[in-house]
Parts: sequence; C-alpha cells; structure tokens
Amino acid sequence: MLKLIAKRLFVGLVTLLAISVIVFAGTEILPGDVAQAVLGQAATPETLAALRATLGLNEPAYVRYFIWLGKFLTGDLGVALTNGMPLDRIVGQRLINTIYLALYAAVVALPLALGLGLLSAAWPESTFDRTVSSVTVFFISIPDFVIALILVLIFAVELGWFPAINPRPRWSDFFPTLGALVLPMLTLVLSVLAHIIRMTRAAVLDVLKQAYIEMALLKGVSKKRIIIKHAIPNALGPIVNVIALNLGYLISGVVIVEVVFSYPGLGRLMVDSVVFRDVPQIQVVAMVFCAFYVALNILADVGAIMANPRLRYAK
Amino acid sequence: MSDTTLATRAPRKRSKRARPRPDFWAWLGICIVIIGLFFAAFGSFMAPFDVGQIVPGATQFMPPNAETLLGTDVLGRDVLSRLLYGAQFTVGVALAATILGFLLGMAVGFSAAEVGGRYDDFITWLIDVFLSFPPILLALIVIASLSSDLWVLIATIAVIHSSRVARIGRAVAMNIAALEFVEVARARGENLISILVREIWPSTIRPLAVEFGLRMTYSILFLSSLSFLGLGIQPPDADWGSMVKDNLNGLQTGAYLSVLAPAFAIAILTVGVNLIVDWLGSQSGRSISEELTK
Repeated sequence: MLKLIAKRLFVGLVTLLAISVIVFAGTEILPGDVAQAVLGQAATPETLAALRATLGLNEPAYVRYFIWLGKFLTGDLGVALTNGMPLDRIVGQRLINTIYLALYAAVVALPLALGLGLLSAAWPESTFDRTVSSVTVFFISIPDFVIALILVLIFAVELGWFPAINPRPRWSDFFPTLGALVLPMLTLVLSVLAHIIRMTRAAVLDVLKQAYIEMALLKGVSKKRIIIKHAIPNALGPIVNVIALNLGYLISGVVIVEVVFSYPGLGRLMVDSVVFRDVPQIQVVAMVFCAFYVALNILADVGAIMANPRLRYAK
Repeated sequence: MSDTTLATRAPRKRSKRARPRPDFWAWLGICIVIIGLFFAAFGSFMAPFDVGQIVPGATQFMPPNAETLLGTDVLGRDVLSRLLYGAQFTVGVALAATILGFLLGMAVGFSAAEVGGRYDDFITWLIDVFLSFPPILLALIVIASLSSDLWVLIATIAVIHSSRVARIGRAVAMNIAALEFVEVARARGENLISILVREIWPSTIRPLAVEFGLRMTYSILFLSSLSFLGLGIQPPDADWGSMVKDNLNGLQTGAYLSVLAPAFAIAILTVGVNLIVDWLGSQSGRSISEELTK
C-alpha cells in the first residue's frame, strides 16, 4: 500500500511540474515582456535592452523556465511588479486568510452534507429525499455570485445581521471574525453542499444494491444496522474522494466569493494580478493554487485506497 | 416504509424507463431552453433600445415604467434591452464553447480509445494534467496573456471542457471499440477518421447527451462568473454576468431589479438545462450525481 501511495505522490509531483510549464508558458506569451511592464510605455529602447539583459530576458524561453523554476524551488519568489513588495510575504498572508475561510466553510459543510446524503440514501424516493434532491439541483444551477448576492440582499441589506464586506481575519478576535465571515462561508457551503450530498447518496445507494445487502436483509438484519455496518464502510472510498475534490473546489471556488465580499484572500489577489497583469504574482499565486489542488487530489486517491482494500493491490 | 423497498426499488424503476416520455419538469426545461435560444438568436433585434444607449431623459436606477419595463441600470441604460442583447453572449458563447469542447474532447478521447498503446497513455496523462488544473485558474492565466477577446473566451472554455469530455468519451468509446462491428470496419480497411465518425460516434450519442447538458450548464455558469469578475465579455457589449457586476451598487440604493433580473435569467436558464439533464439521466440510467462528480 505504501508503494502505491508513493507512486501516487510521484505522479502528483510530475503533474505539478507539467502545470508549472503551462503556467510559465501561459504567462510568457504576453505581448510585451516584463521589462516593458516594469519601465512602462515611455521607456527608451536602450533602457529596455539594459533591463532585459539584467533580468535575463534575452535567454531562450526554456533556459528562463529552468531559472524561474530553480528560483521558485529555492524559495526566491521575487517581488510583485505593481508594488514591489516581496511575493512570499504577500502570498503567505493571503494564503492564510483563504485557508481560514475555506476551513470554516468545510467544517460547516461536511457534517451537514454527509448527514443529509445518508438520510436521503436511507429513505430513497421519500418526500425528504425528493426535497433535498430538488433543492440541490437548484443550488447546483445558480452561479456562486448569485447565491452570494441573494445572501447579501437578505442578511446584510434587509436584515442587517451580518456585514456585506469583510475585514481581514484577526486571530485575536477569533469569534467576532467568524461572525463577520458568515455570509462568505455560507456562500461556499451552499456551492459545495449539493455535490457532496448527491455523491454520498449515490455511493450509499450503490452499495445498497449489492447482493450481500439483500442477503443481510433476508437474514433479518435491521435497516439501521445494514446502513451503518455494511453500507457506510463500503461507500467510504467514493465519499472520501468527493470530499477531497470539493475541498479543492473550495480552495479555487473562493475566487468569486472573495471578490464579492472584498475578502483579502488568495483568490482576490489572483484576479487583481490578472487585471494589473502582474506576471510574477500570477505565476506564484497560480502555482500555490495548483499545488493545493494537486495535493487534495492525491489525498482523494489515498483516501480511496485506504478505504477500499481492493484498490491496495495494483493490477 | 418497510425494509423490502431496498430490494424492490431497482426493478420497478427499470420498467418505468421502458417508455421514455418527458415529464412535466422535462417539458419545462425544454421550454426554457427554447426560449433562451430564441432570445439568443433574435433578442438583439427585439430590444427597444441599443445596448449602450442611455434612455433619453433617464437617470440611473430608475424603477420600472412604461418606457423601460425593467427600469434602468447604473448608467441609465434600459435593463430589458441589455438583457435581450446579452442573451446572445450568455447563451451563444456557452453553446459555441460547449460544442467546440465536445468536438475536441471526442476527437481526442475516441482516438485514444481506438489507437491505444503509447498514444493512449500519453493522452490519458495529458488529460490528468489538465484535470488537476483548477478551471478558473486556467482561464485567468489565458485571459491575462491573451485578453478577454470573444474567441479567446470560447476557446478557453472549450479546452476546459475538452479534457473532461475526452476522459468520458474515451471510457465510452473503449467499450464500443471492442465490439464486432468496429472490428469488421477495421478489417474492411476503413481509416481512423472513418472509424471514429461512422462507427464509434453514433453509438456514443446517448451516453454523451447527458454530459453535453451538464457541460452546457457549466459553460453558462463559467462565462457568467468570468464576466462578473470583469474578465469575460467586455464593454460596450454586455452579458448577464457583466450586467450583475455593473449594477452591484444598485443593491445599496434599493434598485434590486437591475441586479436580480440578469442574475435570475442566468439561474432560470441553467435550471432549465439541468431539468433536461435530469430527465435524460434517468432515461439512460445514469444519475446526475454520478455525472456531476466526474
């Protein structure tokens, strides 16, 4: 099993490397280069050429890629073009804020989603199941920013319970911060809830169709016991999988939510750097996002391997 | 509810599936989509005002009246006209991106299934790389380097779709490529393209129809989100997502309609597509929840 996990980790690293090529290539085909961006339109050809030489922009693209990758791996992230601040500090702070929000959403969403999914699977086609199913179709169908706006309209504008715009989280004011972040948290929860509920329901129902469940039924085992003892352990693989995937979605789904609520997280930083075409910043933020995404994907696979003994032996 | 329902549920459902006929919800979805397509095609001709035109004598965020049925927006433009005009982007771009993504994804996925070997390994790996890229990030990087040109948007969304379509298309085509009639076609000396188009494609239409609907929903949501971020459709053009963004200030002044009209237009359209998807899914025996998690 360890060997399988190690193999999965290796594949993850190779994937990350491939992603770094895409990120680098994607940002390198920008019309104009970094030197132009730093010096602005008024720069003379001489100063441009000089800066290009110092930045190593005259090297071929693949050489620059390896230089970039080397610096990246040794922790030298460089500075943002827009304000000259060191990127590791900017990105670090924003990353903490984003993780804070994403974890908050995950802690609320996971128990709720798993519970509703299990109950739907326990009484399939019941009124409860149908209600949950239609409500989730609705939430899958509307964009995150519309959910966010409706929440703002009801809870911030009309009722005035929660702020519509959110300050940076402060560790000293832990609980007030949680209160201030209810609306962005709720938006994220509603956007992942439906997927986890549906996947949990499908996974448990899938197990309940198996012959050994019928056997247990015929033996007179109670439904509660069947679901807890037989269905849940066997459905765990797909469920763990979808949880990890949805946490990945949370990490990237924060982009919209952070913009709507003016929350100083990594997602908003990404959008801002795209608007201002801050290439070094785009590269770093994109790599951080992808690293998280890949890590969660690996976690999903490892979770599936752990939960399902049949997967432990590679074919 | 007794315990026996666990065992008897499946067969009952199967007998129901024998006569595929759209139920009320499916019909509702079909109607919504047809209306959406209609507005996408003719909306810009029906609009009483031009898309960028400020209604004469109007101020910003006017409430609905006889002249402007849905009121005016942040610049005093007619909300209804912009809604009608925006349909061609929200519906049109989404449709174009989905179709393009499907063509690309099917070409890659089917050929991987048919050719096999190293080519298949490489394609599978490539799909995995693209799938481990958060879609919104891919779009942001491409837009940062190539601008929010209409064709860049369509191509980006298409590429995002294609990796997912390729994975499902490959899985479906694998089963078909092993069947005898494809074997016969190969023996007959049909070339690759002919095998993909004439032998494999027709058998995959049903399973991929559900996927097409889901991808369509995703296109609409994705484009709207990009426009909402200010990185999608650029002014003077407008789609429903950018209309929401432009009029956000209206929420503070109580002009909810200028924001909610485009927001609900997006929601109604995607719910409509999903209603059809749900119905198609129940027909082909694959539930929407299975599809959604791919």
